Order: sequence, then C-alpha cells, then structure tokens
Amino acid sequence: MGRKILFVTTDQQRYDTLGCNGGLVGRTPVVDRLAAEGIRYERAVPQSVVCMPSRSTMLTGQHPSTHGVWMNGVPLPVDAPSVAAELQRSGYRTALVGKAHFEPFMDAFGRFTENMLARSGEETKQNPWADGTVGPHRGFEHLEFATHGAAGSLHYAQWLLLNHPEAMGMYYSAIDGNFEVNAAGDGATGAPQVHDNPIPRDWYHTDWVADRTISWLDSLDADDDWFCWMSFPDPHHPWDPPASEMGRVDWREVPLPAGYPTDRAERERILDDKPRHWRLWYDGTLVANYEAPKQWVPATLTDDQVREVNARNAVEVELIDEALGRVLAAIDAKGWGDDVDVIFTTDHGELQGDFGLLFKGPYHVDGLMRLPLVWRPARSSGVAPAVVSRPVGLVDLAPTFATIAGLEPTPWMQGSPLPTDEADAEARGFDKVLTEWDSELFGVAVHVRTITRPGWVCSAYRPGAAHDGTEGELYDLVHDPLQQRNLWDDPAHAATKADLLADLWDSQPPPHQPRLAVEAPV
Amino acid sequence: MATIRREVIIDRPADDVWAVVGDVANTYRWFPGMVSSDVEGDVRTVVTAAGVTLPEQIVTVDPILRRFQYRVTAPIITGHLGTIDVFDLGDGRSRVAYGTDCEPAAMALMIGGAAGSALQELRRQLESTPEPAPTGDA
Repeated sequence: MGRKILFVTTDQQRYDTLGCNGGLVGRTPVVDRLAAEGIRYERAVPQSVVCMPSRSTMLTGQHPSTHGVWMNGVPLPVDAPSVAAELQRSGYRTALVGKAHFEPFMDAFGRFTENMLARSGEETKQNPWADGTVGPHRGFEHLEFATHGAAGSLHYAQWLLLNHPEAMGMYYSAIDGNFEVNAAGDGATGAPQVHDNPIPRDWYHTDWVADRTISWLDSLDADDDWFCWMSFPDPHHPWDPPASEMGRVDWREVPLPAGYPTDRAERERILDDKPRHWRLWYDGTLVANYEAPKQWVPATLTDDQVREVNARNAVEVELIDEALGRVLAAIDAKGWGDDVDVIFTTDHGELQGDFGLLFKGPYHVDGLMRLPLVWRPARSSGVAPAVVSRPVGLVDLAPTFATIAGLEPTPWMQGSPLPTDEADAEARGFDKVLTEWDSELFGVAVHVRTITRPGWVCSAYRPGAAHDGTEGELYDLVHDPLQQRNLWDDPAHAATKADLLADLWDSQPPPHQPRLAVEAPV
Repeated sequence: MATIRREVIIDRPADDVWAVVGDVANTYRWFPGMVSSDVEGDVRTVVTAAGVTLPEQIVTVDPILRRFQYRVTAPIITGHLGTIDVFDLGDGRSRVAYGTDCEPAAMALMIGGAAGSALQELRRQLESTPEPAPTGDA
C-alpha cells in the first residue's frame, strides 16, 4: 500500500487570502494547519493566469505553449499527456470532482467530453491517451463536474435541478444575455459579479464538491491507493456565497488591500507607468480578454466595492476551508490519515482591487501570479515542516504526484518534483519560473512572456493590439512588493533586465504543433 | 458583428467536396455535434447534441460558385451569416473556407469553433474515401 494523494484546487484565489500567508480577512485554520505540518511555498507561480491553460499545466506538467491550450476556449486535446493517466496505469484509483475545465463550458453543439459525461451520467469515457493506450478520460475513472453556480449542464447543475429546482435561479448569472461576462452586481455596493444568494449552504457548490468527494472516497477499499483531485469553483467570481454565511465578515470592516491606492491620481500614475493596455482597460477603452466583463469600466470602482468584493471572497474561502476539513475528517475515519499527501493550491489569482482593478487578464503581477501552495506530505513519509521561498511553478505538480506515487516523472513533464525545503530548492536549482499569456479575440491580440526569478519578475510584450514589441515590465519584488514601480526603462536596472530577458528567451518551451484553435469563449 | 473564418485544404477535387458541402440536408453527417439537419423549402432545422434546436434560413446554395450561405434565426442570435466556400486549387485539391459572422460575438466563437472541427471532419471523411476509379472515357 502506497501514499494516497488528495489534490485540492480552488479557482482564482490570491496568496494573501490564507491565514498562513498573512491573510487577515478570512479564517483558514484547516489549510493553516496543513501548512504548519507541511511545506508552505512563498513564491508559487502559475504558467498562465487563466483557467484552462493553467489547469492543463497541472494535469500535463507542461507549459501552455507545449500542451497547446494557449488561451481559454482552446480545448486540451483528448489524448494530451496526463499525470492522472500515469497514476491510473500504475494501479491508483483516480477521480476528479468539481471544476475540471480542460474543455470549454460553452458548447452549444455538445461536442466536449466533460459536457457529454455530465449529460449521459457516465462516470468516465474510454478515450485514447498520449501513448495510444485507451483508458478512462484523461486517466480519471470517476468524473463529477461543477462550475460557478447552476449554469450549464454539468453534474452539479443537474443535481440542483433534480433535487432543489427552486434554487436554480438563486445564483448570480455569470454570463449576460449577450453571452458576455456579466457586469451587473447588486449586494450593498453594486460591485460587478456581486450578488445576494439565498441558497441554503448545504446546497451550495462548495459543500457539494466536498460531499461528492467523500462519497467517492467511501466507495474505495481500505487498501486502495488513490489520487483524488478535489476542485472547488470558488472563490472565483461571481461573489455570491450563501446569504446565511454573510455575517462571517462585515464588509464595512474590511481593510482596503495594500495594493489598492485609494488616491485616484496615484492609482492612475502607477497604471501609466505600465504598458498601455493597463490604463486602456482601466478607462474602459480596451478589454483584451473575455474573462473581464466587457461592459464594466474599472475606473468606476469604489472603495466600498473593493471592501465588499474582498469580504465576500473571504466568506467563500472560509467555506472551502471548512469543506476541506470535512473531507480530511472522512479520510481519517477511513484510517488513511497517516498515508495521505495533501496538496492545496489554485489555478491563478485575482486582482481583487489591486491597482483599482478586479478580475484577471494579461497582467503578470502578484495578484494573479503569486499563488497559495501548501504540500502536507503523508505523515508516514517523515518529511519535516518547511517554508520554501524560491520560485516554483504549477508545472512542478505533475512530477510531484508521480514521485509521491513512487514513479519516475515522465519525459514529457517539463517541471521537477517540488522541493521539500529551501536547501532542496537551492540544490536542485529552483531559480526561475515561466508564465505566458496569449489572447486573440476579435482582432485584439496580446502576447506576453514572463520570467520570475528570486527577487525579480520581468515581462516582455510581443507585438499586438496595444504593443509594438518594445514594452515590458520589470519589478523588484524585494523593494517593491506591490509592483508599483516599473523599472523596465530605468537605466540603473538595464543589466538586470538584459540578464532576465536573455534567460526568458533562452528558456522558452517548445510549441505545440499544429497551433490549436479557439473553439469557444470559455 | 464578430467574424470568424476557418479553412482547410482537402486532397480532393472541388466538385467532390461540393457534392458533400452542397448537400445541406446531410451536413450532420460531417459536422460534429450536429444530430440532424432537416430541410423544408428554404428553412433548415439543426438539432445539436446538446439538445439545442437552431432554425436556419438558407440564403445561398450555388453549385457554380460552390457557395452555401445560411442564417441562424434563433431569437438568442441577433445577427448571423454562415458562409461555406469551396475553392478549386487546380491541382486536384480544394480549399474550404467556413465564415461565421455573428452577433452576439461570443456565439461567433461557439459556432465558429464548431465549424472549425467540422472542416477537420469533412477532410477526414473525404480523404479516407477512395477516389472514384477512372472511367477510361478520356
């Protein structure tokens, strides 16, 4: 009997929303305890700051350029490499419960397997793997999907429709009548994607994901080895947690984030110091990506809206923490407590008020790029608690899972097993992480390549709708932790910039051939 | 109006390709996710695997130009024109272009994305079908 793996992901969660990372708004005792017993990473960086490419990186262990999912709406090929397939092949029982999003949600023709499975009620589908083997879809024997709210045809929406049809209309409609990300909001401040949701807590998707995870774990034999990806759709907007839970955090008492300059002139000066698409978005002139509401102008954001968004986000984070606690208790009750590795992370962050912005886009700063990552190795492994400050990537997760299972990482994995302490990180050369952004939406293209090294983050813009290929961003993470001073054009840092750029371009991963097509908005 | 164009080159003569593309009641045979495509007069009704019914107005079926055009007239789509052109490349191959002009814009991505995979399937089917044997009439 080997080590079992509980892989916990959230969606669009900032580093500073966890108590163990200094968060003060929401309480996260369960993850904090995992961090105290395990390894807490202070600079975990995604390879993309949107869902589909980032999640595909977690599964494949490859950068977006290589797995091919270069923006949301590009489906990961059915036969893409998958660490879950490697684990299943080696005898692990495998499941993914919650938000997968390797394939588009918007699917009027019902072409994508995730949507097909939810409609058919089948646990999985036999599909080809990367090496030609035919096995369960992407290596998962059991798949049950959820996303934000009751929209679409995924398992959670169907469960809600069958059991609590009166709740279908309680959620916020994340998409408006034009199939765009909804800009409307109610709550107390009218912030976009904020909504008072009367749904009872135990019908909410966070608890459903935990319930279904526990159900699957209960179906296993005591001596099974297993890999379970439990994937919560929150705290991604819409910010519409159950109304019964809103008393946890009084939004009026929430401090404004350090990254939110309250003085408008100062906020705009900081934005003007960055490549021009930042200010163009802020002013509502250019919306480069589908994920930000097209009808919302960030310059209209108020202090109170920032407070309310952060309060609701914290409530959602607390619900996730409690749901995780229930799952860990169920694991203990099965007698697996000493043999389970728990890895907690998210796919990317959320601006959440930084620079006067919400949501996400081609903005490679800490709000989107610094992620919560905690690995509590199985107690039976004897790994000592540690904190790792050197940069690691989500690309390192797949080889970590393989190693936990006693497998050699496969040649197609581009990362390395996560370091277990700072000395291990230094010895094994964890000195850079790459992030990329590509979007092409109705004639508007943005292409960014970024390198994060200890103390520095550097982004270079390729030619696109708002850039001529000379723009970039360079931030000193030690002296400017909020990334408010762009050193790209500062002669005093020209040598640092040149060194980072040379490393960035020398390190680019091989591209997927042929380039995959965008098949849906998201 | 948002516009999407997808293209494919098929190793078959344009007349062979048009014989399939121009048979608009049988589009479902090569369009993944399309369950049926019934034609009555100049109206085509498409049903998708997601259970969506899309009523369409047939605008153009021109065998000389090898062009098929249609409009989706479902209320949620405020404007649409789909255009499939089959071009003769002169070397026994064809280029097929599938244009989707649509409002709301997000629907263009959904329809255009499906159209792109349909072109791949069209190529797969046509290129896996043996070419007709020469008749010897030349």
